[in-house]
Amino acid sequence: MSELHEKSIAELSAGLAAGDYSSGELTRHFLERIRRFDGELNSVVTLAEEQALAAAAEADRRIGAGEAGPLTGIPILHKDIFCTRGVKTACGSRMLDNFISPYDATVVTRLKEAGVVMLGKTNMDEFAMGSSNETSFYGPVKNPWDTDRVPGGSSGGSAAAVAARLAVAATGTDTGGSIRQPAALCGITGLKPTYGRVSRYGMIAFASSLDQAGPMTRSAEDAACLLAAMAGFDERDSTSVDRPVDDYVGQLNREVKGLKIGVVKEFFEEGLNPGMKAAMETAMEKLKELGAELVEISLPNSHHSVAAYYVVAPAECSSNLSRFDGVRFGHRCDNPADLEDLYKRSRAEGFGPEVKRRIMIGAYALSAGYYDAYYLKAQQVRQVIADDFRKAFEEVDVLLGPASPETAFRLGEKSDDPVSMYLSDIYTIAVNLAGLPALSMPAPLVDGLPAGLQLIGNYFEEGRLLNLAHQLQQVSDWHLQTPEGY
Amino acid sequence: MSLDAEEVEKIAHLARIAVTADEVDALKSELSGILDLVERMGELDTSDILPMAHPLDMPQRLRPDVVTEENHRDEYQAVAPAVENGLYLVPRVIE
Repeated sequence: MSELHEKSIAELSAGLAAGDYSSGELTRHFLERIRRFDGELNSVVTLAEEQALAAAAEADRRIGAGEAGPLTGIPILHKDIFCTRGVKTACGSRMLDNFISPYDATVVTRLKEAGVVMLGKTNMDEFAMGSSNETSFYGPVKNPWDTDRVPGGSSGGSAAAVAARLAVAATGTDTGGSIRQPAALCGITGLKPTYGRVSRYGMIAFASSLDQAGPMTRSAEDAACLLAAMAGFDERDSTSVDRPVDDYVGQLNREVKGLKIGVVKEFFEEGLNPGMKAAMETAMEKLKELGAELVEISLPNSHHSVAAYYVVAPAECSSNLSRFDGVRFGHRCDNPADLEDLYKRSRAEGFGPEVKRRIMIGAYALSAGYYDAYYLKAQQVRQVIADDFRKAFEEVDVLLGPASPETAFRLGEKSDDPVSMYLSDIYTIAVNLAGLPALSMPAPLVDGLPAGLQLIGNYFEEGRLLNLAHQLQQVSDWHLQTPEGY
Repeated sequence: MSLDAEEVEKIAHLARIAVTADEVDALKSELSGILDLVERMGELDTSDILPMAHPLDMPQRLRPDVVTEENHRDEYQAVAPAVENGLYLVPRVIE
């Protein structure tokens, strides 16, 4: 029998229903694993042991009463960007180090209602700004595959924790690749849904026109289970889409024969690590064996996406983060001389260097006289990029490429050079600009490190992506690869 | 793009972030580097392109103008740095 931390959500749910173990036992098993392994990984910033055991007891009551759903009693972790009532929610920042959220994010509420047990909160880049988890106020997360390397970011804690089997699954958010890139670097499956599919209410805002929450799991099947509970209309998010949620789990076993997959030419050009390219080709061969038809396709303007993103995201972040004023919540400086001094010093002390850089770039791009040259221009580029995708999806059902140009890089390797860090998201950003769904799933290892295969779907085609990933995971074992020692 | 110290100080003021002289020095090159990256989008001719307003071309949803939230003042003020009698305290604004 496999160990509890190796089982899928469906297996655990069946085991709970059969009384093989209780949610309390399952919860203690994972709390123990966190205590044992996380000293080195630093993936969990807040352990909510008391709340977790109470939630597990309630789950066990529901299971006993025959009121359980597919997620009842399953222990997961939430990225520390989601507000959790009564539990510290710091978003990786000194600014919120003293913040106990007075309310729950909709994602948290929905998963609570489904009976999920929250073990704690995961480390992340400060305010989700970063691609390596090195900008966190709580220190970097280590990649369980090689603790000298980064787990990716910004959802690096969630990715590392799931890869090390410290929780069954975790939530993440993706503004420019923050679910997919760490999923790729840690060898797990991570899905960024269509913009508006999952509520942003209570998810601390970074760039509101790009932010989306999604599941980070060990398999596509687990991701489908989690997304089913996370997705859906929410009146509290003005950009939430009022449209029924597809049956993601029910679609997993659809046949993929005849599916037309576009291999994105630009994602295989210069800059792609040769080992990574070979890993993608191995995965592509498997897809052909499943009966999918692979054709080359072009997204001719995708190379403009990083530039447009670093206007849109900073501009929106400078506006969103203006709420941190040292008055209503968060860090406040000592002995302010006047109101302006209060604002300036509270923000200078509360924010780290990367967050300051992005706020300042945004403030500059939105300042008088520059709006047309920066924000308006970026929104035009964004339209061109979205049009490329629209044309591509007239030809093919799904797009394919790597999720990142290389495997996990070393801690400190890019942290002194913001621009080189930004370029680690070259394959993920265009998807956010267009608002499309995409996932990263494990491909064969490259030099002993995980490589992420990215699948991009048309709007609201999350079910198709999970179906394709699940079918590929039925005929391969890359998603079962586990870092040594965990 | 090359920002000078005065420009960086002006941006920091707009962003309401206090900066030291050393930070201004580092920010000059860091922000200039980011702006160089950003300005590469100028290579794309977008003169006939309508800027994207929403990725799904959705209009903003409206709702009836009725009260939907309960009063949470005490809970919300419990996380504030300084409050008194239900009010947020800030340094004196008017002498």
